[in-house]
Amino acid sequence: MNIIEIKGISKTYDKDTMPVQALNGIDLVFQDGEFASIVGPSGSGKTTLLNIIGGLDDPTEGNVLIDGINITSLSGHSKTAFRLKNIGFVFQSFNLIPVLTVRENIEFIMQLQGASKQGRLSRTDELIEAVGLVDKKNCRPNKLSGGQQQRVAVARALASKPKFILADEPTANLDSKSAENLLDIMEKLNKEENITFIFSTHDARVMKKARRIITIEDGKVIDDVIKDKIMPES
Amino acid sequence: MLWSLSWKNIWRNKLRSTVVIMAVMLGVFAGVFLIAFMNGMVEDRIQTVIKTEISHIQIHQPGFGENNDFSLFMPDADSLTQIIDKTNHVSSVSKRVVISSLVASAETNTGVKILGVVPEDEMKVTNLSTKIIEGSYFATDRKNVAVIGKKLAEKLKVTLNKKIIITAQDVNKNITGGAFRIVGIFETDNYMYDELTVFVRYHDLCVLTGLQGTEAHEIAVLLDDNAYSEPVKQKLGKDFARLDVQNWTELSPEAGYLVSAMDQYMIIFIIVILLALCFGIINTMLMVVLERVKELGMLMAVGMSKPMIFFMIMLETIYLSITGGMLGLVLGYLLSNHLGIVGVDLYFWKEAYASVGYSSLIFPKIGLQTIILIAIMVIITGIVSAIYPAFKALKLNPAEATRTD
Repeated sequence: MNIIEIKGISKTYDKDTMPVQALNGIDLVFQDGEFASIVGPSGSGKTTLLNIIGGLDDPTEGNVLIDGINITSLSGHSKTAFRLKNIGFVFQSFNLIPVLTVRENIEFIMQLQGASKQGRLSRTDELIEAVGLVDKKNCRPNKLSGGQQQRVAVARALASKPKFILADEPTANLDSKSAENLLDIMEKLNKEENITFIFSTHDARVMKKARRIITIEDGKVIDDVIKDKIMPES
Repeated sequence: MLWSLSWKNIWRNKLRSTVVIMAVMLGVFAGVFLIAFMNGMVEDRIQTVIKTEISHIQIHQPGFGENNDFSLFMPDADSLTQIIDKTNHVSSVSKRVVISSLVASAETNTGVKILGVVPEDEMKVTNLSTKIIEGSYFATDRKNVAVIGKKLAEKLKVTLNKKIIITAQDVNKNITGGAFRIVGIFETDNYMYDELTVFVRYHDLCVLTGLQGTEAHEIAVLLDDNAYSEPVKQKLGKDFARLDVQNWTELSPEAGYLVSAMDQYMIIFIIVILLALCFGIINTMLMVVLERVKELGMLMAVGMSKPMIFFMIMLETIYLSITGGMLGLVLGYLLSNHLGIVGVDLYFWKEAYASVGYSSLIFPKIGLQTIILIAIMVIITGIVSAIYPAFKALKLNPAEATRTD
């Protein structure tokens, strides 16, 4: 089942002064349950693509359909509401709220969604267990290692039961052991709970785990490989 | 959720938030205390005007107030005082003969205002008898005795039991004079008053000027409460339409002006303080927003709506302002109330204060109404200070903000 359809996406920055073409006519389709990685050199447009898929940025041309809904045509307010319900984000530098504990950081998203207290508590416990942080649930982010913080970020991204998770360089700030550990957790969630993950990365460890690797260069998809199978170029 | 998150957010940088809260607290505290202090000064001045110098209401012949013309007396003062005494809310009444005159000692002479009073009545209307620092307030059966101010005694170079010569005009417009022995010296908080006022017995002054003993130039009326000043004045004005009935705000316009001006000064003063604090708070909150660009971007990215971001920053700013403001209000109120009981004695500036009619012992005073007004102004300041930083936060682009270093 197609969960994301990207049709003819182009993005040009500083259109009027010094135009920079970040993306140039990208067509991609992601299916439910994928564990995909967008790779490419710095400045190739990985993050821009991820931002457009996540509705954080608007394309200059083209459309992004998520479950058939064209998010590029949504208003700012509707896009925010859409993100809250449908998309989970994991950032390179964790971006946890420093004044909240692990538990509160995860619960916060559900509070934004207006979930019931009972529902929030059970979901939070479930997620804390899934990312292996039961003994740290009442700690603030400054008491956690980078790997632990990123695991909280993954749990937070999952809290709203999103359709997919976008992870922008999730392992960039982690040591090998923490990165491996994080990837194992995400892979497990993907396999056992069929959660779709889309990474932007140039970390070989992520590429090794990913079952689909999309290579971008100069704003164009130059390669799209599904392990054991090569996808025809879009 | 936002309420508790905002409260936690302001404590993420304890030092900075404490400094802002302290600044607001000190500003508001200073404002409250200074208002209480000024209120105390004004209140004291008004009490001096009412209880020592003027009383609540005075009645004269029309035109007497302009140049104290001796011929403008009320011939049937005794019957008038009896009627006035029976009026509602009138506490006591005193008739006076008033002469602008020359008083001389062996050394020198000076122009003064001579008040011929009935001491027993006058003691009920004014508190001058409590201001005696030497001798007594007419506690003698001797004729032609005077009570003068300390400043006048110094000017005339006379002391207790010395004689002064009062020169005045009599009913026939002839110049007359008499020697009066000083039996009492008073000192009030108004040196000007002390230097220009001489009290003698009503009867003695009548004899000197040839009055019958029923007349008066002035009838002073003390009321149960200052609040009745205007209604009683209106009533007496109607009852004695041919006479000039004035209350203390008309008789001492500068004191009346002080009361009305004080309210405006208070508001201007607090506005200036809060305006200065407002800019300090805006500066701090802009720094807060700048420091948290990445976090705010993340919040927008994960689905926190812009109105919620706006509200969160507003709440943080308001918390800072209100915490500091309320602490300042409470401290200012408590200290003002405490000093309102024990008083602040600025004895080293006594001369300076007394030369302009103020006491150097000040009892700060602040009403609950003023405290509520300041509290509302602090809340408004918090809201106004919050708007710009909150708007600044709204302008962030989540895609860029989440990748900020």
